[in-house]
Amino acid sequence: MGFLQGIAASNGIAIAKAYKLVEPDFSFEKKTIDAPADEIARFQSALQTAKAELEKIRDHAGTALGADKAAIFDAHLLVLSDPELISPIEDKIKTENVNAEHALKETADMFISMFESMDNEYMKERAADIRDVTKRVLAHLLGIQIPNPSMIAEEVVIVAEDLTPSDTAQLNRQFVKGFTTNIGGRTSHSAIMARSMEIPAVVGTKVATEEINNGDLVVVDGLKGEVHFNPTPEVLEAYKKIQEDFEKQKAEWAKLVNEKSVSADGHHVELAANIGTPKDLKGVIENGGEGVGLYRTEFLYMDRDQLPTEEEQYTSYKAVLEGMEGKPVVVRTLDIGGDKELPYLNLPKEMNPFLGFRAIRLCLEEVDIFRTQLRALLRASVHGNLKVMFPMIATLNEFREAKAMLEDEKAKLIQEGVEVAEHIELGIMVEIPSTAVLADQFAKEVDFFSIGTNDLIQYTMAADRMNQQVSYLYQPYNPSILRLVKMVIDAAHKEGKWAGMCGEMAGDETAIPILLGLGLDEFSMSASSILKARSLIRNLNKADMEKLASNVLNMSTTEEVVEAVNQAISL
Amino acid sequence: MVQKQFKVVAETGIHARPATMLVQAASKFDSEVHLEYKEKKVNLKSIMGVMSLGIGQGAEITIIAEGSDEQDALNTLEETLKKEGLAE
Repeated sequence: MGFLQGIAASNGIAIAKAYKLVEPDFSFEKKTIDAPADEIARFQSALQTAKAELEKIRDHAGTALGADKAAIFDAHLLVLSDPELISPIEDKIKTENVNAEHALKETADMFISMFESMDNEYMKERAADIRDVTKRVLAHLLGIQIPNPSMIAEEVVIVAEDLTPSDTAQLNRQFVKGFTTNIGGRTSHSAIMARSMEIPAVVGTKVATEEINNGDLVVVDGLKGEVHFNPTPEVLEAYKKIQEDFEKQKAEWAKLVNEKSVSADGHHVELAANIGTPKDLKGVIENGGEGVGLYRTEFLYMDRDQLPTEEEQYTSYKAVLEGMEGKPVVVRTLDIGGDKELPYLNLPKEMNPFLGFRAIRLCLEEVDIFRTQLRALLRASVHGNLKVMFPMIATLNEFREAKAMLEDEKAKLIQEGVEVAEHIELGIMVEIPSTAVLADQFAKEVDFFSIGTNDLIQYTMAADRMNQQVSYLYQPYNPSILRLVKMVIDAAHKEGKWAGMCGEMAGDETAIPILLGLGLDEFSMSASSILKARSLIRNLNKADMEKLASNVLNMSTTEEVVEAVNQAISL
Repeated sequence: MVQKQFKVVAETGIHARPATMLVQAASKFDSEVHLEYKEKKVNLKSIMGVMSLGIGQGAEITIIAEGSDEQDALNTLEETLKKEGLAE
């Protein structure tokens, strides 16, 4: 038995066998062989096994992910049938009397460096394809199992160093019951994905991949951030009980699906959901979301080798707007850069990506990308209640410029005879301290604010949220942050506008009482947090929370604030 | 030996999917099939060969087939190119 402490990233308890998603060791030695014919036969056999495996993956991808994704595997299969690759390998085995592993590696490396040296980005990426498929053959020569997350067919807990968006896209929600990773925090990508998939997760365990073996029974405690592997019968029983209680609690919350989010003294707020793709809508509706407060459009741009077309984007936006049946949908325009890269855009590496060329800064420069998105959004606007929000706005001029481009595209579409919604609310993310401080001026021109606390906290505290050594500075309840939040809400209300929040803080049990007291109008969070938040708000008195809020704004540390909230709620 | 020249009209050139389709089509024949572009000649049954040419829109390409079923091979490839709107 063993125990690891990590960070609770997504609620719930998962109990299943471990499935390790780690890169295996491909090392081998160059050997001289006596029977080249046998070695070639061994190579051919590994090749055939690899092909059969790829065909299976392709067919599975075709049904699970669509023909587009499956086409990649068709190309991979052709590489394994390529005479220009296979013949030199066999020749090498024959003439140099070397083992198949060595012949394969040398030949493949030659092609990889050839493609990598081309000055076309598309060609450079083909090098990765060749690396990928030859690895599969190498694995069979060495008798190693390569993990194939898309082929999982029994209930598992994924154990990995980290999970990238493309890893998570391949996970089958039916069988993946939870996951645990070595690195990451509450706001890292893997954590956000876990919450949108509504599966328990613990991140930042540092050593999960070293300590846990494939097939070990694993308990992921996403409530406390603990991972137990090969637990004693007592621990296992205890967790089965906790899991049952949690399910009961969830069932209790589920009764609130169609209830309003109203405080005990009758104040209504909107509880909305953060989503990444139209697929997440199911969770929003099942959890009684009153809107979409943040639709992260960057997923449309990720895991592919070119920009999404206007039509593709339009289809996704329309699906979300129609799916929400007239409820508000706040779409955030492309927020790329920082920790989210797009290889095909060929952006230079930066020393400080979070302070660099990202989000609206990039969009105002790469106007073709931005205008395509705006057109798709405008066209989709007739299918529901669309609100558009620009990310990373630091100055009013940036907002004005973005707004002008939207107006420009709108005029063009109308001239082309395309129908566009008459009024579309335009807002901004408030995640840069300069914008929070100047919110009174912004409020005169924008229709709404949405406070992005994940970045607002990192920029205010000057602490990289990916750096674990400064993670103690990630303090949502620090009075400095709360004062900024208050400034933004007050500024909005003064101009008759609304203020929302779409960072992690909006779904946080300690923050909600304060935010309610500060007068926040919209809380947007992971869909799985909505019912819990609703249950909490229904038990709070807004008048009391106003007093609490004005008290904590005058405190000096995070600890005092947390203490005050705990006291206020338990009363 | 038979050969024919084409002009690539597809916006994306002969990349990814189109390249896959051409190689799949060529591989069905016994004849040797080659693709020539800018004085470089590659085996049309080799996906890596075809992709390494980096054929873009507007390129003049030549397909050369030699062997027992050469005419068949050339016809099939021409059909693939036209049907998929890749070249004319």
